[in-house]
Amino acid sequence: MFHRESGYFKTTYKADQALYPLPVARWTVGLLALVFLVLPPLLTAAGGGQSAEYYTSILNIIMIAVVGALGLNILVGYTGQISIGHAAFMSVGAYTAANLAVRLDLPFWITLPAGGFMAAAIGGLVGIPSLRIKGLYLAIATLAAQLIIEWVINHVPWISGGSQASIEVPRPTVFGYEVKTQRDLYYFLLFFAVIAVVATLNLVRSRIGRAFVAIRDQDIAAEIIGIDIFRYKLIAFAISSFYAGVTGVLYTYYLGIANYENFLITTSIDYLAMIIIGGLGSVLGSIFGAIFVTLLPIVIRLGMENFGTLLFTTAELNNIIPAVRLGAFGLLIIIFLVLEPEGLNRLWRNVRSYFRVWPFSY
Amino acid sequence: MEFFLLLMGNGILIGLMYSLIALGFVLVYKATDAINFAQGEFVMLSALIAGAVIVVAGLPFWIAVLIVLAAMIGFSFGLERVVLRPLLGRPIVAVIMATIGLAAILRGLGPFIFGVETRSISLPVSDDPIILGPFFLQPVQLTGALVALMFLGGFTWFFLKSRMGVAMRAVADNQQVASAMGINVERYFALAWAMAGIVAALGGIVWGSMLGIDVHVALVGLKVFPVVILGGLDSIPGAVVGGLIIGIVENVAAGYLDPYVGGGTKDFAPYVLMILALMVRPYGIFGKRKIERV
Repeated sequence: MFHRESGYFKTTYKADQALYPLPVARWTVGLLALVFLVLPPLLTAAGGGQSAEYYTSILNIIMIAVVGALGLNILVGYTGQISIGHAAFMSVGAYTAANLAVRLDLPFWITLPAGGFMAAAIGGLVGIPSLRIKGLYLAIATLAAQLIIEWVINHVPWISGGSQASIEVPRPTVFGYEVKTQRDLYYFLLFFAVIAVVATLNLVRSRIGRAFVAIRDQDIAAEIIGIDIFRYKLIAFAISSFYAGVTGVLYTYYLGIANYENFLITTSIDYLAMIIIGGLGSVLGSIFGAIFVTLLPIVIRLGMENFGTLLFTTAELNNIIPAVRLGAFGLLIIIFLVLEPEGLNRLWRNVRSYFRVWPFSY
Repeated sequence: MEFFLLLMGNGILIGLMYSLIALGFVLVYKATDAINFAQGEFVMLSALIAGAVIVVAGLPFWIAVLIVLAAMIGFSFGLERVVLRPLLGRPIVAVIMATIGLAAILRGLGPFIFGVETRSISLPVSDDPIILGPFFLQPVQLTGALVALMFLGGFTWFFLKSRMGVAMRAVADNQQVASAMGINVERYFALAWAMAGIVAALGGIVWGSMLGIDVHVALVGLKVFPVVILGGLDSIPGAVVGGLIIGIVENVAAGYLDPYVGGGTKDFAPYVLMILALMVRPYGIFGKRKIERV
């Protein structure tokens, strides 16, 4: 935050598109990496075993959400194609991985990409109508995809494993070491979250990413300057669904069970909320959104459990908390859309540009 | 054959109810180009209000109808003013997201305010089915169908003949030109939302008396999309025809396929039909062909 940007002159396009805009960014990233690596032991040292376990589990869920939010942001934020079926693609990935892991006894480094590619294939299939339709029609088509995929998984025992449509998966093993505890899972998930972030950063500064942005901003103009819209829209759908599929697989391994109830339409709306609140068309925004939306229900639950008992009984509270959570999401979506369309990312930039010249006003 | 006719009859009645609810969607789209993903939640809200007024407050049915109407008109006016108007001119994705957010709010806070238990209200009609040859008609469904037909006729007349209706079509066609011709565009936007509120109010009362009143009433909103896609987004006759097709298809499909796939065909068949429609004829049977292909 407190660094000077003067003295660095970008004289080539290459420099302008570099992953690290300033040398100081390299140091920041290095520092952040260090913080993330030592965070679980620090938590254990600070709070003791039980609460460290709890906080680590929250971090884990956030990291899974980051992957999913990045995927949806590539499609909605960067390419401008709306999707209300993100959670359905997660369930495709989850059940693909679970079936492969249980029936064929495959390790996670095969099931994870397999789940991603399966989701990408189905996502591409759903994306085909997007070649002909857009905006509202696309929203409805993806909604239909969500409901149809939900129905198919729920009604085909061959996919869903029969009882309660859920499949238990074995724990992943890395080089013979079984990933069991929350702290193991933390490093396991951190690895994939970092890969997802770096991949997205590289994607959006590449030729493909710039084509996405061109399609979002003005599709007809994009076609005229020679972007094959059909191809890039399909690529956007496939990449976004791949992320979704990987999210589903990660979530399945995290919980140890694949269950379609984790991937209902409300989950799709959660992810839409993440990218709107975080900031459309921004990698940092996706991360902010994932953190915010994951923490919000926890904060609501804490608040309601501490102060809600003044107004309601405990039994009532269990009904009220999910309702308040859903209502708060809706309200936040609308507030951000109306007041700050660029989301938390924009607020963060505002803070930064305030401190850039601090303590002077300009 | 008799089984088929029975399914058809039920399908037609249910289909007309779908048409009524889809009408709210069509009215808003026709006038303001906004997409209301919360139509089902509108219906749920009015059913919840009706339940609260009739069951909890114990008011007579007709007064309750008036209260629900007033509440829904007020609600949709306020909604247009607070949420939709600031979003004018923004990408269509923003409006879609805003109504999705609205749906989440209503679904979350509706039961919070009006209570989570299922309430039942009844229309002032008898419960005995009317038997006409092979048809078994439930009076509740018949009333719903009649209300739907009345409204569909009324709105068709309104758009074709009345001065306000013509002005509203002009607004829908081109906001700038309409404004230049002296039409108060913002007032007609508010009017369109108010009409959607009226439709949702009646839909909620009839639908709520058929199914019982709780959050699940909102699920009917999911049927709106197949109906309007099939019929055409901006067409009132399209809403009728789309509703009939969806009603018949889902009933017949459920009647014949449910034993083989273990239920749930009703929620599934309309969407398959809709996907096909989107691929072949995305503007629907009666819709205007103004889809941009890029």
